[in-house]
Amino acid sequence: MKSLEELKKIRERALKNVDIRRSEDGSGIKLLIGMGTCGIAAGARETLNAIMEELQVQDVHDVFIVQTGCMGHCHAEPMVQIDAPGEAPIIYGHVTPDVGRQIIIKHILEGELLEDHLFTKTHHRI
Amino acid sequence: MKKYRLHLMICGGTGCQSQDSNEIIQALRSELQKKGYEDEVQVVKTGCFGFCEKGPIIKVHPDNVFYIEVKPQDAERIVAEHVIKGRIVKELLYEEPTYHEKVEHQGDMSFYKKQLRIALRNCGLINPENIEEYIAVDGYLALGKVLTEMKPKEVIELMKESGLRGRGGGGFPTGRKWELTAQNESKLKFIICNADEGDPGAFMDRSILEGDPHSVLEAMAIAGYAIGAEKGYIYIRAEYPLAIHRLNIAIEQARKYGLLGKNLFDSGFNFDIELKYGAGAFVCGEETALINSVEGGRGEPNAKPPFPAEIGLWNEPTCVNNVETFANIPPIILKGSEWFGKIGTENSKGTKVFALAGKVNNVGLVEVPMGVSLKDIIYEIGGGIRNDKKLKAVQTGGPSGGCIPADKLDIPIDYDSLKSIGSMMGSGGMIVMDEDDCMVNISKFYLEFTEEESCGKCTPCRIGNKRLHEILERITMGEGTIEDLDRLVVLGEMIKDSSLCGLGQTSPNPVLSTLEYFHEEYNQHVVHKHCPSGVCKALKKYQISEEKCVGCTACAKVCPVDCISGEPKKRHVIDPKICIKCGACFEACRFNAVVRP
Repeated sequence: MKSLEELKKIRERALKNVDIRRSEDGSGIKLLIGMGTCGIAAGARETLNAIMEELQVQDVHDVFIVQTGCMGHCHAEPMVQIDAPGEAPIIYGHVTPDVGRQIIIKHILEGELLEDHLFTKTHHRI
Repeated sequence: MKKYRLHLMICGGTGCQSQDSNEIIQALRSELQKKGYEDEVQVVKTGCFGFCEKGPIIKVHPDNVFYIEVKPQDAERIVAEHVIKGRIVKELLYEEPTYHEKVEHQGDMSFYKKQLRIALRNCGLINPENIEEYIAVDGYLALGKVLTEMKPKEVIELMKESGLRGRGGGGFPTGRKWELTAQNESKLKFIICNADEGDPGAFMDRSILEGDPHSVLEAMAIAGYAIGAEKGYIYIRAEYPLAIHRLNIAIEQARKYGLLGKNLFDSGFNFDIELKYGAGAFVCGEETALINSVEGGRGEPNAKPPFPAEIGLWNEPTCVNNVETFANIPPIILKGSEWFGKIGTENSKGTKVFALAGKVNNVGLVEVPMGVSLKDIIYEIGGGIRNDKKLKAVQTGGPSGGCIPADKLDIPIDYDSLKSIGSMMGSGGMIVMDEDDCMVNISKFYLEFTEEESCGKCTPCRIGNKRLHEILERITMGEGTIEDLDRLVVLGEMIKDSSLCGLGQTSPNPVLSTLEYFHEEYNQHVVHKHCPSGVCKALKKYQISEEKCVGCTACAKVCPVDCISGEPKKRHVIDPKICIKCGACFEACRFNAVVRP
């Protein structure tokens, strides 16, 4: 080890492998994917993998993918819900792998909604 | 490389490994492979999570789900439900003992809520056998900062400002210790890490070494730079094989990355570390005895002064610090003394790890800010007393500490407050006792330990502790006299005043503190030959009450020596000559008819 820069370079590289373990502090964006039987049958796993890949390609590190069960709208699976800290959740329906990639590029990176794929803007639970 | 979407962190500490955590890892890996998910999910073996009682533990990232008491056969379920379908396996969640609710997230568990983890920050978060994971969580950044931006004097100044005190027992200010060693001019100086953890029940040092070995290596190098030493030794007991294994891996990796060895960070500073194995003698935790043992001599202490800072290992200036102390150092360097100074109390800064054990619901390693009350630790983190019994006392500081009675639970814990009530911080053992524990017996237990562990060099400790133990033995056998109680005090004070090292100077503490706070219990033993908690076998006299006995025969059925006679539906009688006082009848009776006076 010759310099602090060299160490920081290793740190940056290594951080990419462990950053999802920092989800606990609540600062990142949570991306929920419905992985009930309905979701899986509609191709949720492929969507999930596509999203993971896109996150890597775009070098995004503050998005945490969390699987959930059936969201109750089986007809619109695969579904993706985006929970940004302090914002109302946003849900997309019929998310194919391609739409999944677009969600990362458009929604996460550019802050633009994908109007055509929105399921509902907000939802409420009692 | 493909990124994993899910990390399954499985505890690989000694506690969980003894409960098949290695088999769980294998089962998970093969199950993931079978289902074709091995590229999406990473299985990581980590250090100790601290909640050892509920091990083996699995934590899932990024959903932060915390599974307890996992068995190898649960692997299939976890993969099928959690990994594939994102459904939490409810049966494996922790249930709060006070309000009986299952908790999903680690942060919501009462055991973790009040904790603040500095020394244990990486335990359970990283794979201790992978240096890059340590580097990812700011590892070796403090060493880099120190070597490239700070002068040794500035490092010492920072440590002094932080107020960090030794976590091994004595509580000596770390910065001051470094300064004293730095002041002594010598070509050769040494840093020693004291990993001779010997208090019965304390295992925080082991957990740190197993879960985050690099933090100790990094801090030792920082200390070496501050005092001008190029060589460090870790004195570790040979009975910690897993910690030794992980340290060896860590040292090798650090050398490979140029974080140990010559010319670190191009600063001209060299530092390397060697392990020295101890045979597990308690007295070798005392620094002069430890140094003698490292040199290959008998593990016996020397009179101080001269302190190791002047004449230490191979007669050269040496600084001995404890594992937990070292683990605190990198964050202090990175975040500053001000940050550290805000945590804790006036004279005790930062946090302390306690090994919470005994009659509490949640047993394990807990790290809390100094100044937290014993009540908070026992009732909030510990989840209260087991089986809703009444708390009687808390023993802190191991064989050197004392018993704190229930009415002093509100006292904020720090070095000085514990000392003021006759106990001490020690290395952080904390044993909770309820009404079933006999205080005379407890102090006898500790005396047994110190008598065995006394090195024998000085008379007060060698013979005095033996006599103390004998008197206690007499009392528990029902042969004690009221004069014995005075003898205990006189002898105890004498041993404290005249012993050579810390072992003898503190060994009477368990007796003296229980004598002070539980004098009535001692009185009962010597005057009435009665043990109120029914522990001292020789004093037990089981009887069956005439009014309460309904003649259900339950007691007679469980008696292993058939000393209970009586016809069904008639009063039963215990023959005291045959009775071995095992207590089986007492437990079996559902009418409270068996009494132990």
